[in-house]
Amino acid sequence: MTGGHLALTDVGKVYDSARGQVVAVADCSLEVRPGELHVLVGPSGCGKSTLLGAVAGFTDISSGSIEIDGALICGPGRPRAEPGADRVVVFQDSTLFPWRTVAENVAYGPEVQGRLARKAAHEAAREQLAAAGLSDVADRYPGELSSGLQRRVEILRALCNEPAVLLLDEPFRGMDALSRSSMHEALLEMYDRSGVTVLFITHDVEEAVFLGTHVSVMTTRPGRIKSTVEIDLDRPRSHDIVTGHRFRELVGAVSDEVRVEARRAFEAGEREMIR
Amino acid sequence: MSSLAFATEPRSTGARRGAVGILVAVLLWEVATRLDEWIGLAVPFVARLPSPTEVVVDLGGLVSSPGYWNSWSLSLQRVALGFTVALLLGGGLGLLMATRPLVKQTFYPVLETLRPIPPLAWVPLAIIFWPTQELSIAFVTFLGAFFPIIVNTVSGADEIDPRYLWAARSMGANRRVLFRRVILPATLPSLVTGASVGMGITWEVVVAAELISGGGQGGGDGGLGFLVWNAYQGGDLPRVVVAMISLGIAGYVASALVRYVGDRLMPWKQAAVS
Repeated sequence: MTGGHLALTDVGKVYDSARGQVVAVADCSLEVRPGELHVLVGPSGCGKSTLLGAVAGFTDISSGSIEIDGALICGPGRPRAEPGADRVVVFQDSTLFPWRTVAENVAYGPEVQGRLARKAAHEAAREQLAAAGLSDVADRYPGELSSGLQRRVEILRALCNEPAVLLLDEPFRGMDALSRSSMHEALLEMYDRSGVTVLFITHDVEEAVFLGTHVSVMTTRPGRIKSTVEIDLDRPRSHDIVTGHRFRELVGAVSDEVRVEARRAFEAGEREMIR
Repeated sequence: MSSLAFATEPRSTGARRGAVGILVAVLLWEVATRLDEWIGLAVPFVARLPSPTEVVVDLGGLVSSPGYWNSWSLSLQRVALGFTVALLLGGGLGLLMATRPLVKQTFYPVLETLRPIPPLAWVPLAIIFWPTQELSIAFVTFLGAFFPIIVNTVSGADEIDPRYLWAARSMGANRRVLFRRVILPATLPSLVTGASVGMGITWEVVVAAELISGGGQGGGDGGLGFLVWNAYQGGDLPRVVVAMISLGIAGYVASALVRYVGDRLMPWKQAAVS
């Protein structure tokens, strides 16, 4: 897989609300190089999901531009990107189609894009499932699987589109700690195998540091990138590292930045309440 | 043994209990209608009913008469015609409204105005409008199924989680694929619910329409609903009960058929339950 260079330049997003205009994101610039697993952390409401939605083509932007591999996908005169298979999103809640089996779900993208014939798409899906150790559930329906298995299948389905950038919007939110840590390892395994570029959103700093090659902290509203840290932990990573000195040091550094923003968000919220 | 205790009971156990229940009900019915004759105690209301034995005897005489089976066939044809047209038209229009907001905004209010009118209130107009009585009855039957089907289809399509549409689009689905591979399967459960509600109503409506219209081509072969009425007028109570039970069986089989087809079309629903 080649390519996967994502560049956001001076992106801004202004909402109309009952109290007038709200600047959700302002002058936000971010560069994700091919093969990075770039994690965006920030307090709730800082505009992380807005940015991801803009890349995916679900949300308009008000200013700035977004490019993938040098091609403009949205910018001046074109506020919303056209959704496409080069930027597949995985959300917190499953969007696996309940009426299709696991294998049929994984085959969906290549099939509807006409890249592969129906039969070939299904064979490829089974191979992918086998490589990820998920052969057992190929003929099950999503409703029969645990939420953890659903996540793994969904990420695999996204990868089968061979996207330039895989967009993950808090995919493991609401899972218990044990399932999360095995999901983290499963995601890293798929990431290492495919070499895809990933933009990952979370508000969990430990998750960010454990997964990311890079972690960017966003400021509270109006959101922009406050700082980017390169995570110099060895790959492939296993959960043993979370007790290591370097891991704790990085988590501490990122947490400090996030905490400052979270406090600012909290105080801004209180001011709004008093007013 | 202990682990077996937690295993789900085989289906046959449930069926056996159901059979026992029906048997007990029939037995109570028999005893209640005979008490007057046996010990001179007339159970209020029930004593005037025909006993199950009388009913069975009457049924025994009826099964060999072609007129009885003709009643079945007439009612079945009316239900089948009305229901099939309702399914095609209700499902089709419902999906059209679901995918074309303009159509929905224009015509849904018309439907909402017509929907509260009970199908039977249409009988006089239906008799005037349609050239044959057969078509009038089928039309009223159609109305009974049409509204639940179209309303369920439209609301089912409205409630599709938009994230399914986003996911499909982000994987490269165009409009046609989106309809066939997302909107259609996602709406199917509501359509089937509408169809099974509609099927129940068609039987209610067909019986009433047959009563009102006097049963078609006259004589004793005007459908199962007419059979009830005709027997009542002739004072033949066992025959009334036979016709009622026939209607019960017909309605049950028709609903079971809708459920069976629905299950076949939606294998994922079964899977999720097990």
